[in-house]
Amino acid sequence: MRRLSPVAVVALLVILAWAVAAILAPLIAPFPPGRIVTRDTLADISARFPLGSDYLGRDMLSRVLHGARYTMGIALVSTTLACLMGVTLGLTAAARGGWFDMTASRILDAMISVPSLLAALVVVSSLGSSIPVLIGAAAVIYTPGAYRLSRAVAVNIAAMDFVTVARARGEGTLYIIAAEILPNMILPVLTDFGLRFVFVVLLLTGMSFLGLGIQPPAADWGTLVRENIEGLSYGAPAVIMPALAIATLTISVNALIDRIPGAGQGDSR
Amino acid sequence: MNAAMLRLIALRLALGLLTLAIVSALVFTATELLPGDVAEALLGQSATPQAVAGLRAALHLDQPAWKRFLIWAGGMLSGDPGRSLVNQLPVASLIGNRLPNSLKLAGLTACVTVPLALTLGITTAMWRGSRYDRIVATLIIGIVSVPEFLIASLAVMIFAVKLRWLPALAFRAGVQDFWTMLWLLAMPIGTLTLVGIGQMARMTRAALVTVLASSYIEMARLKGAGPIRIVLIHALPNALGPIVNAVALSTSFLLGGVIIVETIFNYPGLAKLMVDAVSTRDLPLVQACAMLFCGAYLSLVLIADVVAILANPRLRQR
Repeated sequence: MRRLSPVAVVALLVILAWAVAAILAPLIAPFPPGRIVTRDTLADISARFPLGSDYLGRDMLSRVLHGARYTMGIALVSTTLACLMGVTLGLTAAARGGWFDMTASRILDAMISVPSLLAALVVVSSLGSSIPVLIGAAAVIYTPGAYRLSRAVAVNIAAMDFVTVARARGEGTLYIIAAEILPNMILPVLTDFGLRFVFVVLLLTGMSFLGLGIQPPAADWGTLVRENIEGLSYGAPAVIMPALAIATLTISVNALIDRIPGAGQGDSR
Repeated sequence: MNAAMLRLIALRLALGLLTLAIVSALVFTATELLPGDVAEALLGQSATPQAVAGLRAALHLDQPAWKRFLIWAGGMLSGDPGRSLVNQLPVASLIGNRLPNSLKLAGLTACVTVPLALTLGITTAMWRGSRYDRIVATLIIGIVSVPEFLIASLAVMIFAVKLRWLPALAFRAGVQDFWTMLWLLAMPIGTLTLVGIGQMARMTRAALVTVLASSYIEMARLKGAGPIRIVLIHALPNALGPIVNAVALSTSFLLGGVIIVETIFNYPGLAKLMVDAVSTRDLPLVQACAMLFCGAYLSLVLIADVVAILANPRLRQR
């Protein structure tokens, strides 16, 4: 591994900071997220309330910290599921080829052509909005992308000499996948995981912002923006801060991916 | 136009129709996931069994799923996607009322976004690796990573609240004057442009860079052609197909943006109609809107495919 650039280091630190904040939220949040602690609603930044207060007078810092649990937790689970399904299907398609590859590719390609927010809206209109539904929907919506990438990578690797050699040695399909193909797919799949994580965060916060995602009293960062939107007209930190939280997380993940040697799409010079 | 081109176009058309069929099956299946029964959900707990049975028959719920899918798809194709579950109005007229507004927004956004994105994509490909290229790439990563509602909220805060230049609501009834309309729509269009431009410029640049790496461009460079001549005369004709594809594919991102933007600016378009239908769980309306959006997107991609085939110089003569 070559050395990471300063931008990548900063991005990594921001991501780690949010991860720690999400894990330790109940310990480090100054107030319980649901308790009304001041009469001063949508208040400005102060020493007691570093991110101001929300539309009911709850502490924004505590709410943003707890919101990190929902936003990052759900996105992490959905992305992991999507990548697991995508890679499994992609590897199977690449290894087996034939009708399986053709059917899977056709259906998953059709799924890609449905814009993600639209697909999430259709699912939620039928099943209602709950955390399991959101996780399942996001996982299914982002499986085709993961499938497409891992299939393409696996097909490329499967055509290489060392795989031919392994096959000539008489190794079985499972061994070839596990020992020859998978280890060479890790970097592209991890990069893709990061990209997909950003998409899922944007999808979930977008749904919550529309009032169709995480339902109160639970609140992810999208819900926080939505419930304080009336503070927008005078620039209350309660509406800016959760939006900035999303932006710092997603920009950091994208910036980190972009700086990983040999993985970004930006380095096609 | 020759046989090879016609065959390719026919193939694309068939693939597009197959995709549309799969997508409609997916949209239909998603609403089949509903636990329980639409008829029971609609009539509530106090409904008599006869009433439920009557409504089930009216909604074809007593038929097997594949038959209902055919009935539903047939209705969709013939322009009669049924009635709203909430207010009993025909879905077609609900959509018809909103469609012109959405088309207006889409058209104006395209007029701004496409030229801007193409300029950015072509210039960054021309001077790839320069400081300009890197700055644009960084800005694009920033914009692509940020939720649409953050861009829209910041725009409202700056231009409507602080500067008071633009209105925070994007729609007024009975506006005929083009410039007033443009003034009203400035912020939604601006937000959508920011949402769509990143992906479009990035894909345009990638398409052009691929062509610029080929050996005939090297040849042109060796014979002494300048960078502008190389890009405009030598590279663009070959990159035109991929660029048109890039523009069409980027509209998928724009669509997500439209849903958020119409909601924030309270604009009575199709996306707002769909979001409202989702919150009242008005399934026929949601399905119809979803199919309309997917159909529009798939047609755009198909048109782009055909243009790409027609524009491909290698296919022109046989």
